[in-house]
Amino acid sequence: MKKVYMDYAATTPVDPRVFKEMRKFFTQKFGNTMSLHRYGREAKEAVEEAREHVAKLMGAKANEIIFTSGATEANNFALKGIALANKHKGKHIIISSIEHHSVIDPAKYLARNGFELSFLPVDKYGIVKVDLLEKLIRKDTILISVMHANNEIGTIEPIEEIGKICEERDIYFHCDAAQSFGKIEVNVDKVKVDLLTVSAHKLYGPKGVGAIYIREGTEIEPLLHGGGHEFGLRSSTLNVPGIVGFGKAVEIAAKEMKSEALRLRKLRDRLIKGVLEIPGSHLNGHPIKRLPNNANFWFAGVEGESLVMELDRYGIAASTGSACSSSSLEPSHVLLAIGLGPHQAHGSLRLTLGRWSSLNDVNYVLEVLPKAVGRLRKISPYKKW
Amino acid sequence: MVKSLYSKEVFEHFKHPRNLGKIKNPDAVGEAGNLLCGDVMRIYLKIKNNRIVDVKGEVLGCLVAIANTSMLTTMVKGKTLKEALKIRKEDLIKKLGGPEKVPPFKLHCSILALDALHEAIYNYLKQRKLPIPKELKERHLAIQKTLKIIEQRHKEFIEFEKNLFDESTQKIH
Repeated sequence: MKKVYMDYAATTPVDPRVFKEMRKFFTQKFGNTMSLHRYGREAKEAVEEAREHVAKLMGAKANEIIFTSGATEANNFALKGIALANKHKGKHIIISSIEHHSVIDPAKYLARNGFELSFLPVDKYGIVKVDLLEKLIRKDTILISVMHANNEIGTIEPIEEIGKICEERDIYFHCDAAQSFGKIEVNVDKVKVDLLTVSAHKLYGPKGVGAIYIREGTEIEPLLHGGGHEFGLRSSTLNVPGIVGFGKAVEIAAKEMKSEALRLRKLRDRLIKGVLEIPGSHLNGHPIKRLPNNANFWFAGVEGESLVMELDRYGIAASTGSACSSSSLEPSHVLLAIGLGPHQAHGSLRLTLGRWSSLNDVNYVLEVLPKAVGRLRKISPYKKW
Repeated sequence: MVKSLYSKEVFEHFKHPRNLGKIKNPDAVGEAGNLLCGDVMRIYLKIKNNRIVDVKGEVLGCLVAIANTSMLTTMVKGKTLKEALKIRKEDLIKKLGGPEKVPPFKLHCSILALDALHEAIYNYLKQRKLPIPKELKERHLAIQKTLKIIEQRHKEFIEFEKNLFDESTQKIH
C-alpha cells in the first residue's frame, strides 16, 4: 500500500545524515562530558559543536543555549524557572490562549501556587491581539509567553512586536519556537526574546532532545538540581548522541531552510487549493501568515477522528483536533480560540508536510481525501454538501 | 499490521458498516446526540407485527460511534420491539470486543446508539397510540433536551459555514 506521511508537525523521521552522525556516540564515543579523560573530552567537544550550531541559527551565543529533554521541559523550565526567580518582583504571568499544553499547564500550575495568570486572546486567524496586550500588562507582570508559530493551525505570531513591548516594559519574554525553528527564520536579537524553546524531533533530529535559549543576565531557577551540568542550570548527564543529532539537524536546516520553505509552500498551497474544492471545506488559520508546511481544515458534516482513520486505511497519516480524538472529549483549545464552535472543531484535519513530501504525495491526498470525506458524509445524518 | 487502539470488531464495522443509510418509507425514525462530543446518530425502522423487519442507521461521529451504530442495526434486525428495548450498552460493547477493548471515554458512543433506537421505538409507539413504558418516556425527555441544543448548534454552524465559505476560498497568495 502507498504510504504518505503528512503529520510532520507531530514528529519527523531522523534524517539519515543526522543518524549517521549520532551512531558513533552510542558505541564508541560514549564518554560522559563531565569526565576529565579523553572519552569525556571528545563527548564534551561534540556537545559544544552542537551548541554552536543551535546558537548560530537563532543568532545567540553558545553559552546561552541549555540542552533539555525536549520542548516540554524547556517550556516548563522557562515558566517555572522565571516565576520562581522573579516572584519578588511580581506574580503576574501572561500567555496566549493558543499556547501548547506544555506552556498552558505549567502556567496553570503556577496559578494554583500563588501566581496570577492572564490569557491573551487571538483573532479568527489565530493571531494574538497585540493591542490588548498593553491592557493586560500590570506593574507586577514578570513574564509574557507567546509562541512563534502554532502547532495546530500554523499561524505565525507577531513576536517582534511583542518583544518590543516586553523590552520597553522590562518584562521577560518567552517564545515557544518548537514548530518554527529550522523552518522559518527566528533571531533572538531581532525578536528581543529572553527565552526561546526549540526541539530536535520537529526538524529531523531525534526525540528526547530540545534546548532553551536563555539570554545572558536572565534571572532563572533551575528545574533539575544535581551535578551542575549546563552551566548549573540543568543537571543531568548529557544525552550526547541526541545532542549531536540535534546539532547536525540544525546544521542541515541552516543550509536548506530557505529553499525547503519555498518548495513546501508551493506544495502546501497546491494542497490547500485542491482540498478547498471539496464542498463544505474550510481553511483554519491565516492564508499567508502560516508555517510553510502547515495546512489545517474543517469539513462540515464529518468527524475528524473518523476521517483520520479513514485516511489511515489508504496509508495517509494526518491528525485532528476533534473532541472524539481526546480522552477528555474536549475539542482543541486552539480551534475554539479562533472562534470555531465544537461542531466545526469536530470536523478538523491537520496535514503537515516535510522533507520527504512530494508532489505525488499531495496529488495522492487530493485523490483520496474527497472520497474519504464523501464516504463519511454518505453515512452522516446531515447531508447539506 | 500495526496494533490498533480499538478492537478488530470496531474496525471491521468502521470499514464495512452494516445497514447504514436511509429507509425510504420508515415506520419510525429516532435521533440522538451527545452534547459533549457533538456526535449525532439516527435510526430508521421498518416494523411489522411489532417486529423490526428492517433497520438503517446514519451517524456523524468517530470510528467507535460508526461501529456502534452499525453493530446495533445487526442486533435489532428481526427482534420484537420488546426484545430490542432489552438491549443494554453492555451487550453492545460485548459484541464490539468487550469492555477492555472499548476505551471508557468511548462508552457514550454505545449509549448514543441505543438512545437513537429508543427514540425510534418511542416515536413508533406514540404515533400508533400504543402504551409507552415509563422508562422509555423518561429517557425520551432527556434525549430531546440534548438534541434541541445540538440542533441549535448545528444551525449556527451551517450559518457560520455560509459566511466563511467565501473567505476561505479566497486566493491563498
